[in-house]
Amino acid sequence: MPETLADVLRGNALITAFVFVGILVWLSYLLSAKLTRGKLHGSAIAITIGLILAYVGGALTGGSKGLADFSLLAGVGVLGGAMFRDFAIVATAFGADLDELKKAGAVGAASIVIGVVLSFVVGAIVALAFGYTDPVSVSTIGAGAATYIVGPVTGTALGAESGVIALSVAAGLTKSVLVMVGTPLVASRIGLDNPHSAMIYGGLMGTTSGVAGGLAATDPKLVPYGAMTATFYTGVGCLLGPSLLFLAVRAVL
Amino acid sequence: MVIYGVALLSFCMLAGVFAGDLLGDLIGVKANVGGVGIAMLLLILLSNLTHQRYKLSPITESGVNFWNAMYIPIVVAMAASQDVIAAVSSGWMAIIAGVAAVVAAFLMIPVLARFGKGGRADA
Repeated sequence: MPETLADVLRGNALITAFVFVGILVWLSYLLSAKLTRGKLHGSAIAITIGLILAYVGGALTGGSKGLADFSLLAGVGVLGGAMFRDFAIVATAFGADLDELKKAGAVGAASIVIGVVLSFVVGAIVALAFGYTDPVSVSTIGAGAATYIVGPVTGTALGAESGVIALSVAAGLTKSVLVMVGTPLVASRIGLDNPHSAMIYGGLMGTTSGVAGGLAATDPKLVPYGAMTATFYTGVGCLLGPSLLFLAVRAVL
Repeated sequence: MVIYGVALLSFCMLAGVFAGDLLGDLIGVKANVGGVGIAMLLLILLSNLTHQRYKLSPITESGVNFWNAMYIPIVVAMAASQDVIAAVSSGWMAIIAGVAAVVAAFLMIPVLARFGKGGRADA
Protein backbone atom coordinates (compact mmCIF):
# COMPACT_ATOMS: atom_id res chain seq x y z
CA MET A 1 0.00 0.00 0.00
CA PRO A 2 2.60 2.64 0.93
CA GLU A 3 4.57 1.68 -2.16
CA THR A 4 1.52 2.16 -4.34
CA LEU A 5 0.87 5.58 -2.80
CA ALA A 6 4.48 6.61 -3.34
CA ASP A 7 4.24 5.48 -6.96
CA VAL A 8 1.11 7.59 -7.46
CA LEU A 9 2.78 10.66 -5.92
CA ARG A 10 5.95 10.15 -7.95
CA GLY A 11 4.06 9.44 -11.15
CA ASN A 12 2.08 12.67 -10.80
CA ALA A 13 4.90 14.88 -9.57
CA LEU A 14 3.49 18.25 -10.53
CA ILE A 15 0.07 17.46 -9.04
CA THR A 16 1.77 16.32 -5.82
CA ALA A 17 3.56 19.65 -5.76
CA PHE A 18 0.25 21.54 -6.01
CA VAL A 19 -1.03 19.72 -2.92
CA PHE A 20 2.23 20.16 -1.04
CA VAL A 21 2.57 23.87 -1.77
CA GLY A 22 -1.14 24.37 -1.07
CA ILE A 23 -0.76 22.90 2.41
CA LEU A 24 2.43 24.88 3.01
CA VAL A 25 0.78 28.16 2.02
CA TRP A 26 -2.36 27.36 4.07
CA LEU A 27 -0.22 26.64 7.16
CA SER A 28 1.76 29.83 6.64
CA TYR A 29 -1.32 32.02 6.42
CA LEU A 30 -2.68 30.30 9.53
CA LEU A 31 0.58 31.08 11.37
CA SER A 32 0.48 34.64 10.08
CA ALA A 33 -3.05 35.18 11.40
CA LYS A 34 -2.70 33.37 14.75
CA LEU A 35 0.88 34.14 15.77
CA THR A 36 1.54 37.55 14.26
CA ARG A 37 -2.07 38.76 13.87
CA GLY A 38 -1.37 39.39 10.21
CA LYS A 39 1.68 41.59 10.88
CA LEU A 40 4.07 39.25 9.12
CA HIS A 41 2.65 38.52 5.67
CA GLY A 42 1.56 34.89 5.11
CA SER A 43 3.57 34.72 1.91
CA ALA A 44 6.69 35.94 3.74
CA ILE A 45 6.28 33.07 6.21
CA ALA A 46 5.64 30.60 3.38
CA ILE A 47 8.79 31.68 1.53
CA THR A 48 10.87 31.50 4.72
CA ILE A 49 9.56 28.03 5.55
CA GLY A 50 10.26 27.06 1.94
CA LEU A 51 13.89 28.17 2.30
CA ILE A 52 14.26 26.31 5.60
CA LEU A 53 12.82 23.16 4.03
CA ALA A 54 15.20 23.64 1.10
CA TYR A 55 18.08 23.71 3.59
CA VAL A 56 16.81 20.53 5.26
CA GLY A 57 16.33 18.88 1.87
CA GLY A 58 19.85 19.80 0.80
CA ALA A 59 21.30 18.59 4.10
CA LEU A 60 19.51 15.23 3.94
CA THR A 61 19.94 14.42 0.25
CA GLY A 62 23.21 16.19 -0.54
CA GLY A 63 21.62 17.53 -3.72
CA SER A 64 21.42 21.08 -5.01
CA LYS A 65 17.67 21.44 -5.56
CA GLY A 66 16.46 21.68 -1.97
CA LEU A 67 13.25 19.75 -1.27
CA ALA A 68 12.99 18.80 -4.94
CA ASP A 69 15.82 16.29 -4.44
CA PHE A 70 13.38 14.05 -2.56
CA SER A 71 11.92 11.93 -5.35
CA LEU A 72 8.44 12.32 -3.86
CA LEU A 73 8.71 16.10 -4.10
CA ALA A 74 10.46 16.37 -7.47
CA GLY A 75 7.40 18.26 -8.73
CA VAL A 76 8.20 21.16 -6.39
CA GLY A 77 11.30 21.70 -8.50
CA VAL A 78 9.19 21.78 -11.66
CA LEU A 79 6.60 24.16 -10.18
CA GLY A 80 9.33 26.39 -8.75
CA GLY A 81 11.63 26.12 -11.77
CA ALA A 82 12.50 28.92 -14.16
CA MET A 83 9.72 28.04 -16.64
CA PHE A 84 6.76 28.43 -14.30
CA ARG A 85 8.44 31.25 -12.41
CA ASP A 86 8.89 33.34 -15.54
CA PHE A 87 5.41 32.40 -16.76
CA ALA A 88 3.82 33.65 -13.54
CA ILE A 89 5.98 36.79 -13.54
CA VAL A 90 4.78 37.63 -17.05
CA ALA A 91 1.18 37.05 -15.90
CA THR A 92 1.60 39.64 -13.12
CA ALA A 93 2.13 42.27 -15.82
CA PHE A 94 -1.56 41.90 -16.67
CA GLY A 95 -2.48 44.27 -13.85
CA ALA A 96 0.41 46.67 -14.37
CA ASP A 97 -0.06 50.30 -15.21
CA LEU A 98 1.77 51.30 -18.39
CA ASP A 99 1.93 54.95 -17.31
CA GLU A 100 3.71 54.04 -14.06
CA LEU A 101 6.25 52.03 -16.06
CA LYS A 102 6.87 54.95 -18.41
CA LYS A 103 7.20 57.45 -15.57
CA ALA A 104 9.89 55.43 -13.79
CA GLY A 105 11.44 54.13 -17.01
CA ALA A 106 14.57 56.31 -17.07
CA VAL A 107 15.48 56.02 -13.39
CA GLY A 108 14.59 52.32 -13.55
CA ALA A 109 17.03 51.78 -16.42
CA ALA A 110 19.70 53.79 -14.62
CA SER A 111 19.16 51.71 -11.49
CA ILE A 112 20.09 48.53 -13.41
CA VAL A 113 23.53 49.84 -14.35
CA ILE A 114 24.07 51.38 -10.91
CA GLY A 115 22.96 48.11 -9.31
CA VAL A 116 25.39 45.98 -11.34
CA VAL A 117 28.33 48.31 -10.69
CA LEU A 118 27.47 48.70 -7.00
CA SER A 119 27.21 44.94 -6.35
CA PHE A 120 30.36 44.27 -8.37
CA VAL A 121 32.40 46.87 -6.48
CA VAL A 122 31.15 45.69 -3.09
CA GLY A 123 31.85 42.04 -3.97
CA ALA A 124 35.28 42.91 -5.31
CA ILE A 125 36.18 44.81 -2.12
CA VAL A 126 35.14 41.81 -0.01
CA ALA A 127 37.28 39.56 -2.21
CA LEU A 128 40.26 41.89 -1.73
CA ALA A 129 39.65 41.94 2.02
CA PHE A 130 39.84 38.15 2.02
CA GLY A 131 43.21 38.20 0.31
CA TYR A 132 42.38 37.71 -3.36
CA THR A 133 44.61 39.92 -5.46
CA ASP A 134 44.49 38.64 -9.03
CA PRO A 135 42.07 40.62 -11.21
CA VAL A 136 40.35 37.51 -12.59
CA SER A 137 39.33 36.14 -9.17
CA VAL A 138 38.38 39.55 -7.82
CA SER A 139 36.21 40.24 -10.88
CA THR A 140 34.56 36.82 -10.75
CA ILE A 141 33.60 37.19 -7.09
CA GLY A 142 32.45 40.76 -7.70
CA ALA A 143 30.30 39.51 -10.57
CA GLY A 144 28.89 36.79 -8.30
CA ALA A 145 27.74 39.49 -5.91
CA ALA A 146 25.60 40.74 -8.81
CA THR A 147 23.79 37.43 -9.46
CA TYR A 148 24.67 33.76 -9.43
CA ILE A 149 24.47 33.77 -13.21
CA VAL A 150 26.68 36.81 -13.81
CA GLY A 151 29.40 35.27 -11.59
CA PRO A 152 29.99 32.03 -13.54
CA VAL A 153 29.47 33.73 -16.92
CA THR A 154 32.17 36.29 -16.04
CA GLY A 155 34.43 33.69 -14.45
CA THR A 156 34.19 31.38 -17.46
CA ALA A 157 34.86 34.22 -19.88
CA LEU A 158 37.94 35.30 -17.91
CA GLY A 159 39.21 31.77 -17.27
CA ALA A 160 38.84 31.80 -13.49
CA GLU A 161 39.49 28.60 -11.55
CA SER A 162 36.47 26.49 -10.64
CA GLY A 163 36.78 27.07 -6.88
CA VAL A 164 36.45 30.81 -7.41
CA ILE A 165 33.49 30.30 -9.74
CA ALA A 166 31.80 28.16 -7.06
CA LEU A 167 32.35 30.98 -4.56
CA SER A 168 30.82 33.49 -6.94
CA VAL A 169 27.73 31.27 -7.28
CA ALA A 170 27.51 31.04 -3.48
CA ALA A 171 27.72 34.83 -3.14
CA GLY A 172 24.88 35.20 -5.63
CA LEU A 173 22.78 32.56 -3.88
CA THR A 174 23.31 34.27 -0.53
CA LYS A 175 22.16 37.49 -2.11
CA SER A 176 19.00 35.99 -3.57
CA VAL A 177 18.05 34.23 -0.31
CA LEU A 178 18.65 37.39 1.71
CA VAL A 179 16.61 39.52 -0.69
CA MET A 180 13.69 37.09 -0.37
CA VAL A 181 13.75 37.12 3.42
CA GLY A 182 14.94 40.66 4.05
CA THR A 183 12.77 42.71 1.71
CA PRO A 184 9.53 42.60 3.72
CA LEU A 185 11.49 43.47 6.88
CA VAL A 186 13.01 46.67 5.52
CA ALA A 187 10.37 47.64 2.93
CA SER A 188 8.72 50.42 4.92
CA ARG A 189 12.04 51.91 6.03
CA ILE A 190 13.39 52.25 2.48
CA GLY A 191 10.10 53.50 1.06
CA LEU A 192 9.37 50.38 -0.97
CA ASP A 193 5.60 50.91 -1.22
CA ASN A 194 4.95 52.25 -4.72
CA PRO A 195 5.61 51.23 -8.35
CA HIS A 196 8.32 53.88 -8.71
CA SER A 197 10.55 52.59 -5.90
CA ALA A 198 9.71 48.98 -6.83
CA MET A 199 11.25 49.52 -10.28
CA ILE A 200 14.37 50.98 -8.70
CA TYR A 201 14.46 48.10 -6.22
CA GLY A 202 14.28 45.55 -9.05
CA GLY A 203 17.07 47.29 -10.93
CA LEU A 204 19.35 47.58 -7.91
CA MET A 205 18.83 44.03 -6.61
CA GLY A 206 18.71 42.30 -9.95
CA THR A 207 18.29 38.76 -8.73
CA THR A 208 15.04 37.68 -10.41
CA SER A 209 14.23 35.00 -7.85
CA GLY A 210 15.15 37.27 -4.93
CA VAL A 211 13.05 40.13 -6.26
CA ALA A 212 10.18 37.78 -7.12
CA GLY A 213 10.17 36.36 -3.60
CA GLY A 214 10.87 39.64 -1.84
CA LEU A 215 8.04 41.54 -3.50
CA ALA A 216 5.61 38.63 -3.17
CA ALA A 217 6.20 38.79 0.57
CA THR A 218 5.93 42.59 0.69
CA ASP A 219 3.13 43.56 -1.68
CA PRO A 220 2.22 41.39 -4.69
CA LYS A 221 0.89 44.47 -6.51
CA LEU A 222 4.47 45.71 -6.86
CA VAL A 223 5.76 42.51 -8.49
CA PRO A 224 5.44 43.53 -12.16
CA TYR A 225 7.36 46.77 -11.61
CA GLY A 226 10.28 45.18 -9.77
CA ALA A 227 10.40 42.16 -12.05
CA MET A 228 10.45 44.33 -15.16
CA THR A 229 13.79 45.94 -14.30
CA ALA A 230 15.26 42.87 -12.60
CA THR A 231 14.96 40.76 -15.75
CA PHE A 232 17.35 43.08 -17.58
CA TYR A 233 19.94 43.04 -14.79
CA THR A 234 21.56 39.67 -15.47
CA GLY A 235 22.00 40.53 -19.14
CA VAL A 236 23.59 43.88 -18.32
CA GLY A 237 25.79 42.18 -15.71
CA CYS A 238 26.99 39.56 -18.20
CA LEU A 239 27.76 42.39 -20.59
CA LEU A 240 29.70 44.60 -18.15
CA GLY A 241 31.34 41.95 -15.93
CA PRO A 242 33.89 40.37 -18.26
CA SER A 243 34.47 43.63 -20.15
CA LEU A 244 34.39 47.13 -18.65
CA LEU A 245 34.34 46.07 -15.00
CA PHE A 246 37.16 43.55 -15.43
CA LEU A 247 39.27 46.15 -17.25
CA ALA A 248 38.61 48.60 -14.41
CA VAL A 249 39.73 46.02 -11.84
CA ARG A 250 42.86 45.22 -13.84
CA ALA A 251 43.67 48.92 -14.09
CA VAL A 252 43.35 49.37 -10.33
CA LEU A 253 45.22 46.25 -9.17
CA MET B 1 -12.47 30.91 -23.81
CA VAL B 2 -9.96 30.36 -21.03
CA ILE B 3 -7.42 28.85 -23.39
CA TYR B 4 -7.26 32.12 -25.37
CA GLY B 5 -5.93 33.86 -22.27
CA VAL B 6 -3.46 31.09 -21.48
CA ALA B 7 -2.34 30.99 -25.11
CA LEU B 8 -1.90 34.78 -25.22
CA LEU B 9 0.20 34.66 -22.06
CA SER B 10 2.28 31.77 -23.41
CA PHE B 11 2.78 33.47 -26.76
CA CYS B 12 4.00 36.63 -25.01
CA MET B 13 6.46 34.66 -22.90
CA LEU B 14 7.90 32.72 -25.85
CA ALA B 15 8.17 35.84 -28.00
CA GLY B 16 9.82 37.77 -25.16
CA VAL B 17 12.33 35.07 -24.28
CA PHE B 18 13.17 34.64 -27.97
CA ALA B 19 13.73 38.40 -28.30
CA GLY B 20 15.85 38.33 -25.13
CA ASP B 21 18.05 35.58 -26.55
CA LEU B 22 18.46 37.44 -29.83
CA LEU B 23 19.34 40.60 -27.93
CA GLY B 24 21.94 38.62 -25.96
CA ASP B 25 23.48 37.28 -29.18
CA LEU B 26 23.44 40.75 -30.66
CA ILE B 27 25.50 42.31 -27.88
CA GLY B 28 27.58 39.18 -27.53
CA VAL B 29 26.70 37.87 -24.07
CA LYS B 30 25.78 34.32 -23.13
CA ALA B 31 22.60 35.33 -21.36
CA ASN B 32 19.01 36.24 -22.00
CA VAL B 33 18.71 40.02 -21.94
CA GLY B 34 15.38 41.10 -20.48
CA GLY B 35 13.33 38.38 -22.14
CA VAL B 36 10.77 38.25 -19.37
CA GLY B 37 10.59 42.04 -19.24
CA ILE B 38 9.94 42.19 -22.99
CA ALA B 39 7.25 39.52 -22.59
CA MET B 40 5.61 41.62 -19.85
CA LEU B 41 5.57 44.71 -22.05
CA LEU B 42 4.11 42.68 -24.90
CA LEU B 43 1.34 41.34 -22.67
CA ILE B 44 0.52 44.83 -21.39
CA LEU B 45 0.36 46.17 -24.95
CA LEU B 46 -1.71 43.30 -26.37
CA SER B 47 -4.16 43.28 -23.48
CA ASN B 48 -4.66 47.03 -23.70
CA LEU B 49 -5.63 47.14 -27.37
CA THR B 50 -8.63 49.39 -27.22
CA HIS B 51 -10.29 48.37 -30.47
CA GLN B 52 -13.54 46.58 -29.65
CA ARG B 53 -12.61 43.65 -31.88
CA TYR B 54 -9.52 42.82 -29.82
CA LYS B 55 -10.98 43.39 -26.34
CA LEU B 56 -10.44 40.39 -24.11
CA SER B 57 -13.59 38.82 -22.74
CA PRO B 58 -13.74 38.26 -18.96
CA ILE B 59 -13.40 34.51 -19.48
CA THR B 60 -10.30 34.99 -21.62
CA GLU B 61 -8.89 37.27 -18.95
CA SER B 62 -9.41 34.58 -16.34
CA GLY B 63 -6.90 32.42 -18.23
CA VAL B 64 -4.23 35.06 -17.52
CA ASN B 65 -5.46 35.92 -14.06
CA PHE B 66 -5.22 32.32 -12.90
CA TRP B 67 -1.47 32.35 -13.50
CA ASN B 68 -1.21 35.78 -11.97
CA ALA B 69 -2.79 34.34 -8.82
CA MET B 70 -0.49 31.29 -8.93
CA TYR B 71 2.49 33.60 -8.63
CA ILE B 72 2.94 33.32 -4.86
CA PRO B 73 2.60 29.51 -4.68
CA ILE B 74 5.12 29.23 -7.51
CA VAL B 75 7.52 31.53 -5.66
CA VAL B 76 7.08 29.39 -2.53
CA ALA B 77 7.95 26.29 -4.59
CA MET B 78 10.93 28.19 -5.99
CA ALA B 79 12.12 29.02 -2.46
CA ALA B 80 11.75 25.37 -1.45
CA SER B 81 13.96 24.25 -4.33
CA GLN B 82 16.84 26.70 -3.85
CA ASP B 83 20.36 25.52 -3.12
CA VAL B 84 20.33 27.06 0.38
CA ILE B 85 23.04 24.69 1.57
CA ALA B 86 25.48 26.01 -1.02
CA ALA B 87 24.64 29.56 0.01
CA VAL B 88 25.33 29.08 3.71
CA SER B 89 28.07 26.44 3.74
CA SER B 90 30.66 27.85 1.37
CA GLY B 91 32.52 29.98 3.87
CA TRP B 92 32.36 33.52 5.11
CA MET B 93 33.68 35.30 2.08
CA ALA B 94 30.79 34.33 -0.19
CA ILE B 95 28.24 35.10 2.51
CA ILE B 96 29.76 38.47 3.35
CA ALA B 97 30.00 39.39 -0.34
CA GLY B 98 26.33 38.51 -0.85
CA VAL B 99 25.14 40.27 2.30
CA ALA B 100 27.19 43.41 1.64
CA ALA B 101 25.83 43.67 -1.91
CA VAL B 102 22.25 43.46 -0.61
CA VAL B 103 22.80 46.01 2.16
CA ALA B 104 24.42 48.46 -0.26
CA ALA B 105 21.53 48.09 -2.70
CA PHE B 106 18.90 48.55 0.02
CA LEU B 107 20.62 51.76 1.14
CA MET B 108 20.68 52.99 -2.44
CA ILE B 109 16.92 52.66 -3.03
CA PRO B 110 15.77 55.78 -1.13
CA VAL B 111 18.55 57.81 -2.74
CA LEU B 112 17.55 56.86 -6.30
CA ALA B 113 13.84 57.07 -5.54
CA ARG B 114 14.25 60.72 -4.58
CA PHE B 115 16.22 61.44 -7.74
CA GLY B 116 13.57 60.08 -10.07
CA LYS B 117 10.83 62.11 -8.50
CA GLY B 118 12.50 65.39 -9.38
CA GLY B 119 14.75 65.86 -6.38
CA ARG B 120 12.23 66.68 -3.70
CA ALA B 121 14.54 68.07 -1.06
CA ASP B 122 13.19 66.72 2.20
CA ALA B 123 11.98 63.15 2.64
